[in-house]
Amino acid sequence: MSGQSQRLNVVPTVTMLGVVKARLVGATRGHALLKKKSDALTVQFRQILKKIVSTKESMGEIMKTSSFALTEAKYVAGENIKHIVLENVQNASLKVRSRQENVAGVKLPKFDYFTDGETKNDLTGLARGGQQVQLCRAAYVKAIEVLVELASLQTSFLTLDEAIKTTNRRVNALENVVKPRLENTITYIKGELDELEREDFFRLKKIQGYKKREMQRQLAAAKQFAEEQFAEKVSLHKGVSINTAHNLLSAAAEKDEDIIF
Amino acid sequence: MAGRAQIPTNNSSLIAMIADEDTVTGFLLAGVGNVDLRRKTNYLIVDSKTTVKAIEDAFKEFTAKEDIAIILISQYVANMIRFLVDSYNKPVPAILEIPSKDHPYDPSHDSVLSRVKYLFSAESVASERR
Repeated sequence: MSGQSQRLNVVPTVTMLGVVKARLVGATRGHALLKKKSDALTVQFRQILKKIVSTKESMGEIMKTSSFALTEAKYVAGENIKHIVLENVQNASLKVRSRQENVAGVKLPKFDYFTDGETKNDLTGLARGGQQVQLCRAAYVKAIEVLVELASLQTSFLTLDEAIKTTNRRVNALENVVKPRLENTITYIKGELDELEREDFFRLKKIQGYKKREMQRQLAAAKQFAEEQFAEKVSLHKGVSINTAHNLLSAAAEKDEDIIF
Repeated sequence: MAGRAQIPTNNSSLIAMIADEDTVTGFLLAGVGNVDLRRKTNYLIVDSKTTVKAIEDAFKEFTAKEDIAIILISQYVANMIRFLVDSYNKPVPAILEIPSKDHPYDPSHDSVLSRVKYLFSAESVASERR
């Protein structure tokens, strides 16, 4: 896996930050819900498993009873019973119906058996042992009941197994891939925004400093200009050169205590 | 959810059988046998002369047929085609392993229970053998 928890490639703007945050909230909520669903399904799963184990045990018993009944019937009616039964097969009178049940959000199949049409009682060719044959038939019908229930338990079991695997896969994906990726994206966007802000701030400060220097320079230039003007006026007035005027002015500016004018 | 195989809501499905003669006779007596227009039956009687290939073909045929909801198979027959039974993972039709007269039920070989044995290391599955 190339570097787990990368981030999404987005433009680091404030809008995108809002969008990604909303997605993170959605992912967190979805993760919690899926975890709950997975737990509920696991509970159902264990219940069904227990039922399956106990039903299989009882099925073993029932099959044994039915086998005994068949042996008795064979003994009484003679060995031909097999061929007679085989020949008399036409349409099944015992069929199963399947429907869907919704358990914790998963559609599970369920079978019920029903009798379609009357049971053929015309076992032509069977001379004796009619009663035993009936008993045997009853025993096998009961066995079928248990078997049908077992079948529906088994199918729900397999379907639940699939569903649990899928849900767990989604939970893990959300937890280990999607959320870290979104969190990294948010950190990245925040970092970029901060950096942009700092750049802006820095630029602002630099421009302020620049402006201040400009102002000072202008002020100094203006002061110098004013001095020159005054010196010119003094030199014109007194009839001395500019330089002497300057010296006079600076001397006046210095205010020497010894010179008394 | 999209993509998941839909379990068809059937109104009348048959029960198929692959077992030894006695078991099949008993179930036929109960009325589970069906012969359709093409003289195809929903059961297969397994005796000492049946080849593994024939059993495999019957199994594949029964699982492919749409109107069969349950397949009852004797455990010793299932052992013969164990790889087919174990690799079958569609929910419908359901595969049930039943004991036969000479081979009592052995939960350690059941394809479904063996898949969850890891969940119950010391519990139910093992406790049956005790």
